[in-house]
Amino acid sequence: MPEADGPKANQNPSKSITRRRFILGVIAGGAVVGAASYRILAPGRGRSFGGERLITLNVNGQPRRVEVMKQEMLAWTLRYKLGLTGTKLGCDRAECGACTVLIDDVPRYSCSVLTNTVRGRKVTTIEGLAADDGTLHPVQQAVVDAQGFQCAFCMSGFIMATVGFLKTHPVPTRTELAHGISGNLCRCQDYNKILDAMMLGAENMRNAVPAAEKARS
Amino acid sequence: MAVIRDVMPAFDLLQPNSAAEAQKLLQQNDDVWVMAGGLDSFDWLKDRIKKPKVLVDLSGVEELKGIRATSDGPRPSLEIGAMTTLTEIANHPAIQKDYGVLAQAVSLVASPQIRNQGTLGGNVSQDVRCWYYRGGWPCYRAGGNICYADTPVGRNREHAIFGANRCVAVHPSDSVPALIVLDAKFVVQTAKGEQVVDVEDYFVGPEADITRINMLRPGDLLTAIRIPATWGGAKFYFEKVRDRNVWDFPLMNVASAIKLNGNTVDQIRIAVNAASPRPMRLKAVEDAVRGKPANTETSEMAGKLAVEGAVPLQFNGYKIPLMRNLVKRAVVGVTQPPMNGAMAANAAAEEATCRS
Repeated sequence: MPEADGPKANQNPSKSITRRRFILGVIAGGAVVGAASYRILAPGRGRSFGGERLITLNVNGQPRRVEVMKQEMLAWTLRYKLGLTGTKLGCDRAECGACTVLIDDVPRYSCSVLTNTVRGRKVTTIEGLAADDGTLHPVQQAVVDAQGFQCAFCMSGFIMATVGFLKTHPVPTRTELAHGISGNLCRCQDYNKILDAMMLGAENMRNAVPAAEKARS
Repeated sequence: MAVIRDVMPAFDLLQPNSAAEAQKLLQQNDDVWVMAGGLDSFDWLKDRIKKPKVLVDLSGVEELKGIRATSDGPRPSLEIGAMTTLTEIANHPAIQKDYGVLAQAVSLVASPQIRNQGTLGGNVSQDVRCWYYRGGWPCYRAGGNICYADTPVGRNREHAIFGANRCVAVHPSDSVPALIVLDAKFVVQTAKGEQVVDVEDYFVGPEADITRINMLRPGDLLTAIRIPATWGGAKFYFEKVRDRNVWDFPLMNVASAIKLNGNTVDQIRIAVNAASPRPMRLKAVEDAVRGKPANTETSEMAGKLAVEGAVPLQFNGYKIPLMRNLVKRAVVGVTQPPMNGAMAANAAAEEATCRS
């Protein structure tokens, strides 16, 4: 319909729709301004309204400044932005467990976690397990001693899942441990040796605690 | 279909801190996707089957998380926030003690890592798993005019034996049958205000609206699941049958809650999922079993009655004896639970969880 300018146009329904649209536009604009001010005034939880581009991640106890896309997954950020390639990408669909990392000490598939959702949370990868002087984590040491893996592509995922499970179940039976780390697959079908190694790891962890206490006293 | 290993196409990410804010964002934006745990969402987004412009991530909304007692007494009714993880529900002492069927159901979902991230709200609201639909084929549910699964050569081993209406996909949730037998209520925030609905009424069958799986309209938000004390401490049964013991969706699952009076079934609720596009409460079975002695004869009758009217497809005829047996066990198994290897392992693991 052609644009009408005359005084009669006030009676024209198309004109009133245009005006309504205009008013709606003003309201929407206000909402944008409102959202922008919210972004600045966001309460101190370290989260703002929308996904951010430049964020700080707490990875293995260190603050890491990194530029991310809004649709970026944690596994991608860890591997390709932070160089932590110990975390493997297997299926990229939460179906294999190779990308398992700990988020606030809980095992999660990093291929299925948006990087923007872990701002302000504690991320632990396989690189963060060993002590600063290079001493391996008791579970890592057990894997070395028991030769737990064949090709070991799935190893970092298995170790992270085990370390996470042992935090809540320090004295598991073999069946319980198998159930606890059942969210990880091994294509070499090496499960028996993996479980041997992880059971040894659990034992190492229990022994490591008194040893550390002895060293301190 | 080829699996694409790359960053997803771009979308705008909004991360509200409160439920009210989240709802406002859902109503303000067109083409918006609500994400809870994300396990269902990312399949769609990574495969480029769904390409929303805006993603609203609810993981920062603390008020939607947690389990609260909403009444006093030794067996309180509970309100579970929609964003509570399945692990938290499975390990919650009050749920394990009084509403064990729910703890058992959610502990059988997918894998440990998925249960650490997946939420109850997401589990009940997830979409169907039919691979034609998931693969982006233009089927009825996707807005097209054909069903690829219901043809003489369609792969329909996992599909429906009840309630098919053009679409033959089944509802895949494990938690829903448990929630049905507990008589749970869903709290939904809509543009018109808060609505509290029965579990069965939350789901929409293909005969009513083939492109929706639940009552949520754009802008609506499921905020909580309420569990009344009605069935607390009843005798429960839950069983899930699947091809492999981790990750897999159910070929079928069954849940029941029974209150016995002596050896007579006084009250009963029984539900089955993965048998039809909508989770099924077996009201006819409940009516037939009520007042009968809890014995093998009653359970045989219940099993036969449950599968009456089932219409198998080319490759899922096995689901009829499967459902008959599951219902049979759910009625009598309350007093004599059958234990297969997987269930025994699961029971052992659960025992361990209780101990720790």
